[in-house]
Amino acid sequence: MKNAGIDKAIEILGKLVRFLRKSMIHIISVGPMPDHVAFIMDGNRRFARKNNLSEAAGYRIGLLALISCVKYCSELGVRYVTFYAFSIDNFKRRSDEIQPLMDLFLEYIEGLMKEGSIVSRYGIRVYFQGNLKLFSEPVRLAAENAMLATAHNSKLFLIVCLAYTSTNEIVHAVQESCEEKWGGAILLNENEKNDAESFVKVTDIDKNMYMAIAPEPDILIRTSGDTRLSNFLLWQTTCTYLYFPSAFWPEIGFRHLLWAILNFQRHHQYLTKRKKQG
Amino acid sequence: MDLKDEMQRVRFWVNQIGNFCLRLVWHFVHLLVRSWYLGVGVANVIESYLISSGLLRRYRFIDVGKLRYLAIVVESDDACQISKVIQLLQWLQAFGVKHLCLYDTEGVLKKSKESILAKLKNATLFEEADERDLLLDQKHMTLEFASITDGKEAVAKGGNLLFMKYLKLANSGAEQKEQIFTEANLTEALRAVGYGGPEPDLLLVYGPARCHLGFPAWRIRYTEIIHMGPLKSMRYGSLVKAIYKFTMVRQNYGT
Repeated sequence: MKNAGIDKAIEILGKLVRFLRKSMIHIISVGPMPDHVAFIMDGNRRFARKNNLSEAAGYRIGLLALISCVKYCSELGVRYVTFYAFSIDNFKRRSDEIQPLMDLFLEYIEGLMKEGSIVSRYGIRVYFQGNLKLFSEPVRLAAENAMLATAHNSKLFLIVCLAYTSTNEIVHAVQESCEEKWGGAILLNENEKNDAESFVKVTDIDKNMYMAIAPEPDILIRTSGDTRLSNFLLWQTTCTYLYFPSAFWPEIGFRHLLWAILNFQRHHQYLTKRKKQG
Repeated sequence: MDLKDEMQRVRFWVNQIGNFCLRLVWHFVHLLVRSWYLGVGVANVIESYLISSGLLRRYRFIDVGKLRYLAIVVESDDACQISKVIQLLQWLQAFGVKHLCLYDTEGVLKKSKESILAKLKNATLFEEADERDLLLDQKHMTLEFASITDGKEAVAKGGNLLFMKYLKLANSGAEQKEQIFTEANLTEALRAVGYGGPEPDLLLVYGPARCHLGFPAWRIRYTEIIHMGPLKSMRYGSLVKAIYKFTMVRQNYGT
């Protein structure tokens, strides 16, 4: 009897929270809304230590936070959501730290393809961007299959950066640009090659970036209070509003997104002017 | 028909009133946000005064040696206030900062390079600096000036240098070609085309919003970024606090 009463109270509270959230979204949608939000999911291990949990548990709760953020972004009308899931630098960790993460990635990617998953409910197209060749074959294949399976969706684009660093992305884009230009340049004589000011231009590099599939981020959120980009989207964040809340990644909530968007709206005119001048 | 028209008119006016009320609430929410920042601003001014007057003990002794290279990003519209820029540099020089990069998107600071160097004592251009100057004079500072052309365009120039090497290997195998395109080689190429500045440890942004405004991407991989507010309201105490916060940071570089 008592349990039924508590369940009912929790249900009503849940409905009230959802109503308040939707009302707040309705209000802030009067102003300019971001098209692309990027996240650096920092603090899973520190959250686990703070709450006496295993690291694996910290990452699992972090995954739930990722799913919540995707839902909130969908409700907010954000079209592109990017997450920094695994940096090339993270390969330096011990193998007993990396393996649970790889297992979690596989589980998550396979979960995305199931009927009734967040991907099918919200019409999400998934991209895994980065140097995927650095991963084992099962993870790489699962990522490629997920991208194929969700290719028909177009309501929201979920970009998960795996085996990614900005500097690696830039080098890769330069390489791709050089390979494109090779055919034309090889036909020139030595003098013409030396006279040519530039074969590779910024626009060539731009279109060969892993992140060329999305516009530049409007907001970048890094949790845990650290105020650096850690080699993430350095090329794309010229006029991106940076927000560094002190909460750990598993603690992120709608209130953080709301605060980021309110600040984005405050500076929108200035950032748009800077973007046009750039 | 009249009733239908009437209903449409009523619906239109209800929508208009609804939108107007929503707009009012939106403005009210932003008013609350502005009030919050006003309060934070007042608290920062008080804290800055306490830091400058030495009343807050933890800010009295700061190990500035940890700050090997500092970058300052200034909003181009504010960069014309050369006297403010010089005052900031004088504070940093007195604090013991040795190497500094001044950046603004449009290159206003680059154009004022001569007048800035003339007004500062014991400061030389980073490219012309000599190790002897730095060893002889504790307060000697090197200055680098950068703008948006030192970012993406520089990478394109570096990329072209790698491309010329790539062309020379026209008949070689794929493995040899792969070895050209590495981060180390691109860093070397950037140095060769004149864009080899070091990575700053700390980037202070003087502008309305927290964003790096296109500071060369290749150089801010692990740089701490702190937003200082507009240049016109810069305070010595806030500068000290920012450098102190930087000295307390522990990075694990992804491990």
